[in-house]
Amino acid sequence: MLAAMSIPPTSDQVEQAAIRVQGLEKSFKQVKVLRGVDLDVARGSILALLGSNGAGKTTIVKILSTLLKPDSGTAEVNGFDVAAQAAKVRESVSLTGQFAAVDEILTGRENLVLVAKLRHLSGPGAIADELLRRFSLTEAGSRRVATYSGGMRRRLDIAMSLIGNPPVIFLDEPTTGLDPEARIEVWQAVKKLAEGGTTVLLTTQYLDEAEQLADRIAILHEGRILVNGTLNELKQLLPPAEVEYVEKQPTLEDVFLTLVGAKTEKEQQ
Amino acid sequence: MNRHFLGDTAVLLGRSLRHIARSPDTIITTAIMPIAFMLLFVYVFGGAIETGSDSYVEYLLPGILIITIASGISYTAFRLFLDMKGGIFERFQSMPIARSSVLWAHVLTSLVANLISLVVVVLVALIMGFRSAAGVLGWLAVAGILVLFTLALTWIAVIPGLTAKTLDGASAFSYPLIFLPFVSSAFVPTESMPGPVRAFAEHQPVTAIVNAIRDLFAQKPVGAGIWTALAWCVGILMVAYLFANLTYRRKIS
Repeated sequence: MLAAMSIPPTSDQVEQAAIRVQGLEKSFKQVKVLRGVDLDVARGSILALLGSNGAGKTTIVKILSTLLKPDSGTAEVNGFDVAAQAAKVRESVSLTGQFAAVDEILTGRENLVLVAKLRHLSGPGAIADELLRRFSLTEAGSRRVATYSGGMRRRLDIAMSLIGNPPVIFLDEPTTGLDPEARIEVWQAVKKLAEGGTTVLLTTQYLDEAEQLADRIAILHEGRILVNGTLNELKQLLPPAEVEYVEKQPTLEDVFLTLVGAKTEKEQQ
Repeated sequence: MNRHFLGDTAVLLGRSLRHIARSPDTIITTAIMPIAFMLLFVYVFGGAIETGSDSYVEYLLPGILIITIASGISYTAFRLFLDMKGGIFERFQSMPIARSSVLWAHVLTSLVANLISLVVVVLVALIMGFRSAAGVLGWLAVAGILVLFTLALTWIAVIPGLTAKTLDGASAFSYPLIFLPFVSSAFVPTESMPGPVRAFAEHQPVTAIVNAIRDLFAQKPVGAGIWTALAWCVGILMVAYLFANLTYRRKIS
C-alpha cells in the first residue's frame, strides 16, 4: 500500500540526479535506523527530508557526507560513490550540521578564511569579505563568534558551507533553535542558494519550513521514505479539500513579526 | 600521504595557536601548579630532604619539568573534545582535507604551548637560584628529551580527547600522569624508599628521564641512563601514536 503512495520522479530528474540513494540500510547496535531508503534529488533543486526526531534524517545526511558508512545499499553524490570515492564526494559537498559548526574563539572572518584555506582556494581573504557582505555580517566580521546571536552563527555557518561553491549542500535542521526572524533570514539564504543552481538536501521537523523552501518533499518514517513528491502531489494524496468558511485570523507569528518590526516574506516580495 | 597534508596541518595549527594566544590562561595554569610545587618543595620541605646535591632546586627542576608537561598535555584532550562536541570536527571531516592533519595540528599546538610553559618554569627556577654549567649541547639534549616526552604524552592525550563522553573525563586522565613523578627520583632519591616502592620507582620512565636530565644539567657523564630514558620516550610515543590513530580511524569511519 505504501508503494502505491509514492510518486515516481520524471525520467529527466533521474538522469540529472545530484544525489542517488538506493536501498540504504544502517543500524546502530540493535537499532535499525534505516531500513532501505531510496531517494533521488534532482540537480539544482531543494529537497526537504521530513521526519520526527530519531527518524534517521541525520543518519542519511552523515552517510551522504562520508561521516558514516552504510551497512548496505549504495549512495552517489554528484556522480561519485560515497564509499568508493569518498575524497571526490568531499570535494562536491558541504555539510551544515545540526549544531552550528563554527569556531567560537575565532572571528567570523577568520572562520571563513580558515575554510577557504582548507578548501585550497586562492584569495581566501577576498572570498571571506564577499561572503560577509552577502550574509550581512560585514560589521560583525571582526568580532569573535562567541559574541554572535544564534541567527548570526547560523548565517556564518551557512556562509562557511558555501565556500568553494560545492554543487551539493546538506543542511541538517538549519533553523532548529532559532527565533522567527532568524529563521526567515536562513530561509532567504537557502532560496538564494538554489537560485544559483546548488542542490540542497534539507532536513527539518518543521512542516512550514518544508512548504516554504522545498521543490520536493520526502517523508522519512521508521527507516523508509513513505512518500516523495511536490507539495501539491502530496496534498492530492488526501481526499479533496472541503470548502469551509473560516474567519482569517492572524497567526501568532504574524503578530510577533509585526510587533518586532520584521518584514514578513510577503512584504519583501 | 595526502599531498595537502603539510598545508592543511599548517592552516589548522594556525587556528589552534590563535586559540592559545587568545586564552593565554591555558599556558599560565599549566605553569602555575609546577611552580607552586617548586616553591613548596624548595622553601618548605627541601631543607629536610637529603639529596646529596648542594642546592635542592637543582635536584628538583627535572621532575618539575616533567610535571609541567603532564599537566599541559591535558589541554590537548580538552581542545580536541571541544572540537568533537562543537561540530567543527565533523565539518573538517566532511571537507577535502588530509584527514590526519586534524590530529597533527592539535599535537603540534601542544608542543608549542608546552615549550612556552617549560620556558616560564625554567625562568622561575633561575630566579630561585637554579644554575647549570651545561653548554649549548647539554641544553639542546635536555630540550630534545622534553620534546620527545611531550609528543609521547600528547599522543596519549589524543585518545581521551577523541573518546571522552564529558569534559571532565577528557582531562581526568592526566592526574595519574602528574602523580607519577612523586613515586620516582624526582623529589627524593629512590634509596630512601621501602623495597617494593623503590623497585617501582627505579623501573618507571620518570626516574630514567629525570636522572638523564639531571646529569645533563650537572654536566655529569650520562652513560647508559640516557638510552633508557630515550627508549622510554620513543616507546611510549610509538605505542600512543598507534593507539591514537586506531581510535581516530574508528571514529571517522
